[in-house]
Amino acid sequence: MELIFEKSRPGRRGVTLPAKDVPAACEVDGRYRRGRDAELPCVSEPGVVRHFTGLSKMNFGIDSHFYPLGSCTMKYNPKFTERIAGLEEFTSLHPLGPQLVRGAMLTQGALEVISNLGSVLCEITGMESFTTQPMAGAHGELTGVMLIAAYHRHKGNRKKYVLIPDSGHGTNPASAAIAGYKVRTIRSDTSGVMDLGEFKRSLDEDAAAVMLTCPNTLGVFNPHIKEIADLTHKAGALMYYDGANLNAILGKARPGDLGFDVVHLNLHKTFATPHGGGGPGAGPVGVKKDLIPFLPVPRVIRRTDGMFALDFEEPLSIGYISPFYGNFAVILKAYAYVLLLGRKGLIEVSESAVLNANYLKCRLRKYYDIPYDKDCLHEFVLSASRQSEKGVHATDIAKGLIDKGIHPPTVYFPLIVKEAMMIEPTETESKETLDRFVEVMIELAALAEKDPGVFKEFPRTTPVCRPDEVKAARDMDVCSLSG
Amino acid sequence: MNYIPHSEQDRQEMLKVIGIRSGNVDELFKGIPAELRALSFDLPSGKSEFEVERYLKSLAEKNATDLVTFVGGGFYDHYIPAAVDAVVSRSEFYTAYTPYQAEASQGTLQAIYEYQSCICRLTGMEVSNASLYDGGTALYEAAMMAIHITGRNKIIMDGGVNPIYRRMMYCYTTNLSIEFVETPVTHGQSDRNEIDKYLDDKTAAVILQNPNFFGAIDDHSDIAEKCHKLGALVIESVYPLSLGVLKTPQEMGADIATGEGQSLGIPLSFGGPYLGFMAARKEFIRRMPGRIVGATTDRAGRRSFILTLQTREQHIRREKATSNICSNEALCALRALVYMCLIGKEGIKEIAALCMNKAEYAKQKLEAIKGVEVKRSSPTFNEFIIKLPGDPNGLIGKLIEKGIAAGFPLGRYYEDMTDYMLIAVTEKRTRQEIAMFAEALEDALWS
Repeated sequence: MELIFEKSRPGRRGVTLPAKDVPAACEVDGRYRRGRDAELPCVSEPGVVRHFTGLSKMNFGIDSHFYPLGSCTMKYNPKFTERIAGLEEFTSLHPLGPQLVRGAMLTQGALEVISNLGSVLCEITGMESFTTQPMAGAHGELTGVMLIAAYHRHKGNRKKYVLIPDSGHGTNPASAAIAGYKVRTIRSDTSGVMDLGEFKRSLDEDAAAVMLTCPNTLGVFNPHIKEIADLTHKAGALMYYDGANLNAILGKARPGDLGFDVVHLNLHKTFATPHGGGGPGAGPVGVKKDLIPFLPVPRVIRRTDGMFALDFEEPLSIGYISPFYGNFAVILKAYAYVLLLGRKGLIEVSESAVLNANYLKCRLRKYYDIPYDKDCLHEFVLSASRQSEKGVHATDIAKGLIDKGIHPPTVYFPLIVKEAMMIEPTETESKETLDRFVEVMIELAALAEKDPGVFKEFPRTTPVCRPDEVKAARDMDVCSLSG
Repeated sequence: MNYIPHSEQDRQEMLKVIGIRSGNVDELFKGIPAELRALSFDLPSGKSEFEVERYLKSLAEKNATDLVTFVGGGFYDHYIPAAVDAVVSRSEFYTAYTPYQAEASQGTLQAIYEYQSCICRLTGMEVSNASLYDGGTALYEAAMMAIHITGRNKIIMDGGVNPIYRRMMYCYTTNLSIEFVETPVTHGQSDRNEIDKYLDDKTAAVILQNPNFFGAIDDHSDIAEKCHKLGALVIESVYPLSLGVLKTPQEMGADIATGEGQSLGIPLSFGGPYLGFMAARKEFIRRMPGRIVGATTDRAGRRSFILTLQTREQHIRREKATSNICSNEALCALRALVYMCLIGKEGIKEIAALCMNKAEYAKQKLEAIKGVEVKRSSPTFNEFIIKLPGDPNGLIGKLIEKGIAAGFPLGRYYEDMTDYMLIAVTEKRTRQEIAMFAEALEDALWS
């Protein structure tokens, strides 16, 4: 499709601005003025709307496609939460506006939403306090590791390393490194969980924390988790829980009970806020009591008179992670989601998510290799190694799925599985959808035997087929300045 | 439950396939040892949409929404055309994931490419990323980028940079070996002498803001020239709508431009989600954090878009990555793009002019009040500071009773500015509202 700039014609416009109604005039001195106009496109409103509607049709989304993307929890996003986040009483609130002036109710509702979501998340995870400031999962990880660093610094501990299993999300080591720690990678054992022996050998007084996803990226719950937590604490280190996979254990297990000290959650995963094509999300962080003093400011507190207020004065706080209180609109959607589902609904979420994953795994077992074939929770990892012997790789299977109108699983992750395809169906998919996915996967496995060459032509049903990555990296055409 | 489609029959059939004969779904969780089961899960029971809506609306009503606002501070009350909301409400955009599978995401990818193009056109820079969380994290990422590019570790931050961003920078750099210098706060343009005091051949970057937090506009070309002579980079944080008229970061010689994109069609929403943008000179593209969309061709030679230079990213580089950021704020970037397309080349100049003229009118009305001093030492865009006879907090309360959010009291961030207020005026403020504000302020002061 044409670029919007190619549709631009001088004289067209998409907005009429309010008339100038003040007598004052103010000209910018030439030395402060830009030399040439900013060449934004000139398009009418219908032109703009048609352009973007056209673009939208070139996307797969949850409302139109099955999206079993492992570790991303692409579940249906209830429409109701969009309506709530669009209420003007929330959207028009200025974060620097007056808040508590002469007892006026200026932002009390918004602060109450933040406070209430924090309480609910504490109960869901078994933690003791939450900050809603982090704006994404990786941002939550960074915040969590910074809290751990502040805790150790305050105690006078000299710590150097964060221990992370090789199956962990790539952001884990990146976040640890950016917070100033070195990373020790622990390999997985034959059952796919962190190798206990190697963990014990790597754990010493230099360890600041252990970062784990539980269940891990293979969908496996680590049976030694309590022992790991006890050993970690004995070594003076803290337990960090990457909440990317919380959708597997709602109401069944809580990171707090398992011995974790710091948790980040992805509201855009477990709590059904839309992914938006890559954000905005929200990555609130929960902690146990000992870490509360280090949480970012400002903190939302409830005063003795029942009013909510912002507390900027926490001497041990790590400071400002975000400009304000996090991605408020996302927080609001997640809160609405929890209210809709309630206790029973949330438990049902995990039960159905795990049911769907196990169902798919059982039905696909004959056709694809499963390198770590353990009891899985909400997701599992297939390998296309059998197919790759015929020259059909995980990415080819992915393109075959796209051809059939199904978004592929996460491919080539976790790194410990060759030709990995990580599948997370989520709870919002029906048996019919899962069955169709199974049929297509079986069809593709058969095709890999019969006619492996044809995969290179997939997908044929989409606007483009296999864009040239090498050319993109070489040309580095990342913006259009013509038209 | 509305969002889970299984009937009891579905469930039983599926359990049978899995090999669970008891019909009990909980058996799927036998991998979690009994002693590790949740100790509590005490949450209220679920409710209908109607009930939840009634409750959340009751909370919404505890917020003030009818205030005429003159509060800015880097976040502004601009008008958002209806078509912006309509476009981002298309669920093909908002329910999609990160566009890793290019064939299933050409809509998002082309939109980001167009967003990157608009950011480059606005800032004059050569390359842009797909966006970051917000203006503050964008500034921090730019500082880290400069540290990696130059191999130096000293950052100088001008006293006019948003104090919230200054605090964020402190928070982020605590655990890293970075020498972080802040020049003293000046209400007007950047204090060249103060920057000179610290600028040397160990400096990775000087961070500047235009217009600065106090609204002053500047031409930082001379500072950039000095920086470049010493091998230091210049990072310029800008207010995107002001670029309808103001000199661009590129024209001033900046190496990296960042900013808060909220003013481009994104609602205030009590602090987020917002949009951090980042643009730079082309030679630094491989050092840029976050996603970048590139144009290429597909098998059939058709124009296609794809996430490019991904080897920089943490899912591949893990602990060697220079940034841990993996999301962009794609939907906010889409908002900004649609907004920029709607206002277009002429509209952005007109909005900038409206903001400036209305701010000038506000200055005239406010300085006519006895005891109110408008600081006119530097030219401004749509925001300026006033000095009052005393602490403005009492006045702010009185003005709220008249339906006006008067401005931001600077004492909250600056101990020696307890008598100052920062006033922002956007195109949404009418002559009548500005006059009403002046009148109410005069009343509050003197009657």
